[in-house]
Amino acid sequence: MAENQKQNGNSKRGPRRRPAFQMRINTKYAPRKVADGQALSCITGSSLTDRQMLDLYRYLKLTRLVEERIVNLYRQTKVVGGVYRSLGQEATAVGSAYALRPDDFITPIIRDLGACFVKGIRPREIFAQYMAKAWGPSGGKDLNVHFGYMEKGFIGPISHLGDMIPVMTGILLGARLQKKDIVGLAYIGDGGASTGAFYEGMNFAAVQKLPLIVIAEHNQYAYSTPTNMQTAVRNLAEKAAAFGISGYIVDGNDVIACYEVTKQAVDYARSGRGAVLIEAKTYRRKGHAEHDDQRYVPDGEIDWWEKHNDPVDRFERFLLDKKIATKEKLDEITADAQREIDEDSEWAESSPMPEAEGAVYGVFDNSIVPPAFRPKVLEN
Amino acid sequence: MATAAKKLSKLERPPRGGQATIVEAIRQGLWEEMERDGTVFLIGEDVGVYGGAFKVTEGLIDHFGKERVIDTPIAEAAIVGAACGAALMGLKPVAEFQFIDFISCGFDMLTNYAAKSRYRWGGSIPAVFRGPCGSGVRSGPFHSLNAESFFLNTAGLKIVEPSTAYDAKGLIKAAIRDPDPVLYFEHKKLYRLPRLREELPEDDYIVEIGKARIAREGRDVSIITFGAQVLTALDAAEELEKEGLDVEVIDLRTLAPMDKEAILSSVKKTSRALILHEASLTGGIGGEISAIISQEAFEWLDAPVLRVASIDTPVPYSPPLEDYYLPQVKDVLDAARKLAAY
Repeated sequence: MAENQKQNGNSKRGPRRRPAFQMRINTKYAPRKVADGQALSCITGSSLTDRQMLDLYRYLKLTRLVEERIVNLYRQTKVVGGVYRSLGQEATAVGSAYALRPDDFITPIIRDLGACFVKGIRPREIFAQYMAKAWGPSGGKDLNVHFGYMEKGFIGPISHLGDMIPVMTGILLGARLQKKDIVGLAYIGDGGASTGAFYEGMNFAAVQKLPLIVIAEHNQYAYSTPTNMQTAVRNLAEKAAAFGISGYIVDGNDVIACYEVTKQAVDYARSGRGAVLIEAKTYRRKGHAEHDDQRYVPDGEIDWWEKHNDPVDRFERFLLDKKIATKEKLDEITADAQREIDEDSEWAESSPMPEAEGAVYGVFDNSIVPPAFRPKVLEN
Repeated sequence: MATAAKKLSKLERPPRGGQATIVEAIRQGLWEEMERDGTVFLIGEDVGVYGGAFKVTEGLIDHFGKERVIDTPIAEAAIVGAACGAALMGLKPVAEFQFIDFISCGFDMLTNYAAKSRYRWGGSIPAVFRGPCGSGVRSGPFHSLNAESFFLNTAGLKIVEPSTAYDAKGLIKAAIRDPDPVLYFEHKKLYRLPRLREELPEDDYIVEIGKARIAREGRDVSIITFGAQVLTALDAAEELEKEGLDVEVIDLRTLAPMDKEAILSSVKKTSRALILHEASLTGGIGGEISAIISQEAFEWLDAPVLRVASIDTPVPYSPPLEDYYLPQVKDVLDAARKLAAY
């Protein structure tokens, strides 16, 4: 019977020879142990210029400080909804997005605020979104990073984790039909990587050899659920085997490593070799949202990461040790970021709330279908 | 070998217009739109070489290539999501569900992504999601669905379902040209029904989304329906004519946004309304139409609004069971007579 015929690669009469799939996980940029007593820094040998490194530093600080400002606004009850932090994992978003061209696309998840800034989103837009203001890019119709700018290559996520993987696959499919050589970078978490949409989207992108790069941010918790309750794989990068694509593991708290690994993946994808899955090992130091008391986290865990593996501290140490910048220079960059935040936060606060009746517009193209006004009841 | 066989079966370009069944009309529409607009492309399971489970897309891959007729894995979330992404890029995807029953696997992407994108941030999604719906063909609980009411309560999705070849072609073209997501339901029982074969115009035309049609004019009772049940209604109307009852049949064609004016003006004329649909009664579109009529045409009514629909069960497989499940001409006759006598 045909199915019993051996189809091994040595048989000359076998159909088409295809090498057996080999699980390949590139660990060149994976977290490394350092000698006792030695503090973590960043990898050396990067192609980034000093100016670019300082650029990265500014994005890291901007992300952290914008989030701190949002927390302040939240405590003043000026933020209408929840606040989601990326504290302790900012390097993954910033480093990876920095490896893209301006015409490439990203779709972040809620903990990738830094990637939004790299793609040209301004803090004022984020503040206005959180405060549900009229001047926010969604005009008060949606929250936080849930908006998009096609011209900036930025597509905000929706709350349904995993859904943006198929959408980004479609962006790339469309781009291919339009003969554009862009790549797409989609972020997902250790929780989101359990969804069906994640698998369907990645599988389709892999089959179509689309230049999709998915960064799976392994920050240890999905809301309160630890990764061992989420998946039986030890490394999320192992999931690449399910799609027949390459997997990478990167130290998500090393901004330079995140840049380098993504750069490598971008070059690979852009050259037509297909999709890539990158797992970034990191840690979520805040709860799922501001209200979360993190009772599910073992004592001392957060402190350890704060003290020993903070991405901003690590990069600062690197920049100072390598004499790329002085402390004064870094303070100056921070102060400059702070100035932008003050100005933007003020701008967003000065925005009016949206007009209530604005709710009726934009379900459909209103030049074709009228706005969704509330029907008048029993009117003659 | 395989290629030679394929070459032989390669289909000619369908004629513009001429005699056509519904399946031919849809294929003509797809073909013409793909010719007219290079951004239109097809995506779905087995839509390429195989031509789709019902052969709606047959021959298109030979003519337009696999770049524009894309076979996918069995992954409806990926199909819908990818259509959304490509639509955001300015393309016009036409995604196929092999059976509309499988729309449930893409439900999240449709209701949360496609439907809300424009409202949330202005990201318009000019995509069409089409596939065979409907029962009466002995296909059992998983290949017989009428899915409209699942989506009626989601703002942001247009829903159309033709019951003639002319409308099938005009609506698929309108759906492709529409700047918003359109669910295009094709009743599989009507695909090749000889009764529905008709002469289509040679010239380019569309059927405007949002407009019902009067399938039969009458003065005494309005039957408001769509899809395959239009035929049930017309058959019943002919019977009733013999009894001196002049029935008007409204074919909705578009279910969302619904043509309220057409419904109300018919009911204001006849003062009696019967809503007929193939999905189960409870939570079906009939409830919505009934509410519109009682709220906006109450003074014109001479009788309560009646609904005839399938019973509240899954669609059973065996012919006696399925026939019992479905609304039959007799059910329509009974209801119409009751209305007339009220």
